[in-house]
Amino acid sequence: MSTRYFGQPIKRNEDPRLLVGQATFTDDVHLPGMLHAAFVRSNYAHATIKQIDTQAARAMPGVVAIFTAEDLGDYWKPGPLLVPPPPVKHLVFNPRMQVPLAKHKICHAGEAFAVVLAETRYQAEDAAEQVFLEVEMLPAVVDIETALAPEAPLIHAGLAQNLNAHVVQEKGDYARARRQADVVIERKFYYDRGTAAAMENRGIVVNWDRRDQELTIWDTTQAPIAIRNGLAAMLGLSEQQVRVIAPFIGGGFGPKIMMFYPEEVVLPWAAIKLNRPIKWIEDRQENFYATTQERGQVHSAEIALTRKGKVLGIKDLFIHDAGAYAPYGLTVALNSQCTLLGQYDVPNYYSEFHSVFTNKPIVTPYRGAGRQHGVFVMERLLDVAARELGIDRVEIRKRNLITPNKFPYNNEIIYQDFAPLVYDSGNYLPALERAAAMIDYDRFLREEQPRLRAEGKRVGLGIVTYVEGTGIGPYEGARVTVEASGRVSVATGIGTQGQGHYTSFAQIVAEQLGVDVRNVRVVTGDTAQFYWGAGTFASRGAVVAGNAVHAAAVAVRNKILKFASEELDADESELELVDGSVRIADAPLRSIRLGELAQRANPLRGAVKPGTEPGLEATDYFGPERGATASGVHAMIVEVDPETMMIEIKRYVVVHDCGSVINPMILEGQIHGGVAQGIGNAFYEQLVFDPNGQLMNASFMDYLLPTSDTVPHIETDHVETPSPLNPLGIKGAGEAGAIPVGPLFAQALEDALNIPGLEIREIPLSPSRLYELVSQLEP
Amino acid sequence: MKPAPFRYVAPTTINDAVRQIAEFGYDAKILAGGQSLIPTMNFRLAQPQVLIDLNGVGELAFLETSPAGGLRIGAMTRQRTIERSALVAKNAPLLHATMPHIAHVQIRNRGTVGGSLAHADPAAELPAVMVALAARFKLRSVRGERWVPADQFYLDLFTTALEPDELIFEIEVPPPPPRTGWSIQELARRRGDYALVGLAATVQLDETGRCSNARLIYLSVGAGPTPAPAAAAMLLGKTPDAALTLEAARAAAHQDIEPMADIHATAAYRRQLVAVLGQRALREAFARAKESS
Ligand SMILES: Cc1cc2nc3c(=O)[nH]c(=O)nc-3n(C[C@H](O)[C@H](O)[C@H](O)COP(=O)(O)OP(=O)(O)OC[C@H]3O[C@@H](n4cnc5c(N)ncnc54)[C@H](O)[C@@H]3O)c2cc1C
Repeated sequence: MSTRYFGQPIKRNEDPRLLVGQATFTDDVHLPGMLHAAFVRSNYAHATIKQIDTQAARAMPGVVAIFTAEDLGDYWKPGPLLVPPPPVKHLVFNPRMQVPLAKHKICHAGEAFAVVLAETRYQAEDAAEQVFLEVEMLPAVVDIETALAPEAPLIHAGLAQNLNAHVVQEKGDYARARRQADVVIERKFYYDRGTAAAMENRGIVVNWDRRDQELTIWDTTQAPIAIRNGLAAMLGLSEQQVRVIAPFIGGGFGPKIMMFYPEEVVLPWAAIKLNRPIKWIEDRQENFYATTQERGQVHSAEIALTRKGKVLGIKDLFIHDAGAYAPYGLTVALNSQCTLLGQYDVPNYYSEFHSVFTNKPIVTPYRGAGRQHGVFVMERLLDVAARELGIDRVEIRKRNLITPNKFPYNNEIIYQDFAPLVYDSGNYLPALERAAAMIDYDRFLREEQPRLRAEGKRVGLGIVTYVEGTGIGPYEGARVTVEASGRVSVATGIGTQGQGHYTSFAQIVAEQLGVDVRNVRVVTGDTAQFYWGAGTFASRGAVVAGNAVHAAAVAVRNKILKFASEELDADESELELVDGSVRIADAPLRSIRLGELAQRANPLRGAVKPGTEPGLEATDYFGPERGATASGVHAMIVEVDPETMMIEIKRYVVVHDCGSVINPMILEGQIHGGVAQGIGNAFYEQLVFDPNGQLMNASFMDYLLPTSDTVPHIETDHVETPSPLNPLGIKGAGEAGAIPVGPLFAQALEDALNIPGLEIREIPLSPSRLYELVSQLEP
Repeated sequence: MKPAPFRYVAPTTINDAVRQIAEFGYDAKILAGGQSLIPTMNFRLAQPQVLIDLNGVGELAFLETSPAGGLRIGAMTRQRTIERSALVAKNAPLLHATMPHIAHVQIRNRGTVGGSLAHADPAAELPAVMVALAARFKLRSVRGERWVPADQFYLDLFTTALEPDELIFEIEVPPPPPRTGWSIQELARRRGDYALVGLAATVQLDETGRCSNARLIYLSVGAGPTPAPAAAAMLLGKTPDAALTLEAARAAAHQDIEPMADIHATAAYRRQLVAVLGQRALREAFARAKESS
């Protein structure tokens, strides 16, 4: 039997390079004669630009050029709408996109209105301080609940309201369900903003080679191919003249797939104009304003149930904070709308949202991408319902889970990929039971908790479920090549930001070709290596690019078998690929090394049969019909100090189903990272804006990321329900860890504090906020 | 996040240092561990023309027993040195126990005692601890030297009794009197963060077990180290028990301290912490005092 690679916890191919600091990140690119850019950013959140005075700055040491919107001429254009609205009836959609440099108006604090190019970053920043912006200040729109009020200041010209979109989606007949219900529960829920805070900020290095007329851009983007295509079009170059390299990237999480960031538009233009390479590395302070953020929503929701706890319907009206511009269309809000129903069989659903513009940084998907909010609303509604109906929390969930016989399960609304929201496969009950068993649900509630309470301790348990739509289209591609050395190279168009693609894609190839994983070299994110693709987002890398790699590897395998059967004079069915060779299974000594075969497939002299393609290489593509729905359950036990409201997580359990698993170790890493971000989101991180739209905590001193001592040990287990939508049966896993942590905290903290009337309806929380919520209860 | 241009000078003797400080005056900033100063320069909140680096002034880094049996600490002594010193553990256990609450090991490796005291961040532990310990600071300038008691050193937010031409040279911590107890309590969101509220407490008992002296010095609730005189007065002459410590802690929260709100904590939550931590501190401090009787 040959060695298996798919499904094994293989150590990561990329780690040696990363661990010894030898991998190339954008800031590692140094070019002779390189200029450094500093963007000049507005201190105001909302203002009309009167004048930009660059005169003093131009005279500063080391300054080579300063550009404002005026200098860009016809090149100045608002960015593209990345995701058009889905085909939903009566939808209202007002697209407004970010601009390369603010020209007439400032729409959020930190918006850039000029760029300084100087010999060093120090000099560029010194000069940036001397660029003066004269404005007429306008009142800022900060609170999303009043953004549409008649007296709200207007942010965008041509709009009578700060309305980005209005969407209604329905399934069944909620009004009727409400009439038939025994109980209807109404609640309002708040979810506030955070930032992804990737370890590596954004960065760009541009080189214009005038002799070759070629533009090379190192960019921390999650979508190098789209950046190449867009820049070529904007700059009037052929796509072949533009090469975008997304090298190693220290975390993406979604904000790095925004297109185009102003810096990405301005700097290539400036490099050509000045005929000098340029580097810009976003600093942490800029990252708090200039990189996109997520999560502001307010939901007014209703759940209608029978006395037995069967959900008859849900109604949800929500407001979504789009920020100053909305290049991502409705993606985030649609995800909230489409993820709310979760693992539950809900026959009637009415969901309506208003997406509003505010004078805050732009909102685009960030790990979870709106799913958090939907899951929060649903799980909280079930918790309230369970309490009011006197039903156990796990039991009410069990009574409403979609049963395995109902898949594919149609939720009858339109998802972010414009296809109806149909869950491909799922097996929810075993995961819920497994998580309950792992956290020892029954015993904890029956024995442990009463004992701890008697000791004066406040310890509580939370258990929640979620789904995640993953692996959406359109497509990705890959090329697999067996080289004469016997090594195999793989190229794909998606970028990689730490997900382990160098290993998981190698495993997929190794599985087909019978070569050692370490002999498979993967290149991602270099447009010179692979021309086609969409990018890394929506937990789709493994699903879509992974299946493209698989298809290409299968094609190469078939080429190997065909050619080897001629060379070894054996039938293809007699052959096997083992240890880097192809051989006759029953006569293993009759074998050819794959490298040797590759060489024979690429002869230097002589003739080949007509129609023969050289080498052992294949390119293939994969585009799923629609997304694959992953799912899972999180459970935790938390202790609260009732005097200080400080918490300690005692146990954290994740049972996860992302279909077939390529590499369980990498998967665990994804879950751990996601949970860490989820914990930050639930209890530590919050972007606080004052009424003028000023961010009050734009540094890691005041924006509290979870640290190693706030993230507990995470116990994981898996249920594998393969997706029927792709040959490998995989579903995405990138975002799952982060999605259900908010409602998990809310439920567990309520359970721990055990105070009558305490209901947590907001995220993020903090000790101070918990204290406030509890104080408000006391008469 | 690059600092504005500055000139850098690196004296090697205390005399050179004070001469340069006098020469550049308000345009200059002293560089000690740089753990507070450099971030403010990178944010361009501070733009000194000249940076006078004390790291090469060996005379400023010392740690020894004072003639009275307490401690003499040179301003440039690293926070980590204090943390790892058996001498400090013996002669000033409160100071020793405080160190792990300050930032992270990496920061304490660079950060200095003098830097923290001079910086006068209202959330910093060392100023409060020095006031609780009745320490005094020796200030030095070209004009000479003077001693300032810790409780007279802190004037306002980030404002101290230091004249523009002065530096902190030495900190003198008196030895703990007999039958004293102490406690350091604080609450931070994450390990290493500045405290939401904290306090350093020292108490003393007389031969009959009555409280003869008490200091509760809070941090993060005012412009600088913030005493709780009403709470202290309530303890004097009484035999401490659970009811008394609770009452005193409540007095601190409701009479002495007027905490402010910020993005991390409401005023009401801080007030609650003043009471809770005050009670925990007094309980621990009195227990220690009894033990040492
Ligand atoms: C992430 C982080 C977390 C932190 N957390 C805490 C915490 O929890 N608690 C806490 O107390 N601190 C904390 N700090 C601050 C840290 O303790 C600093 O080291 C300290 O406050 C300043 O000491 P320094 O030696 O680095 O001084 P520097 O930063 O070099 O100087 C600080 C100021 O003091 C002046 N100065 C320095 N030495 C003298 C002197 N001898 N005479 C006169 N003036 C002088 C300087 O001119 C400057 O204005 C934290 C810092 C960081 C970066």
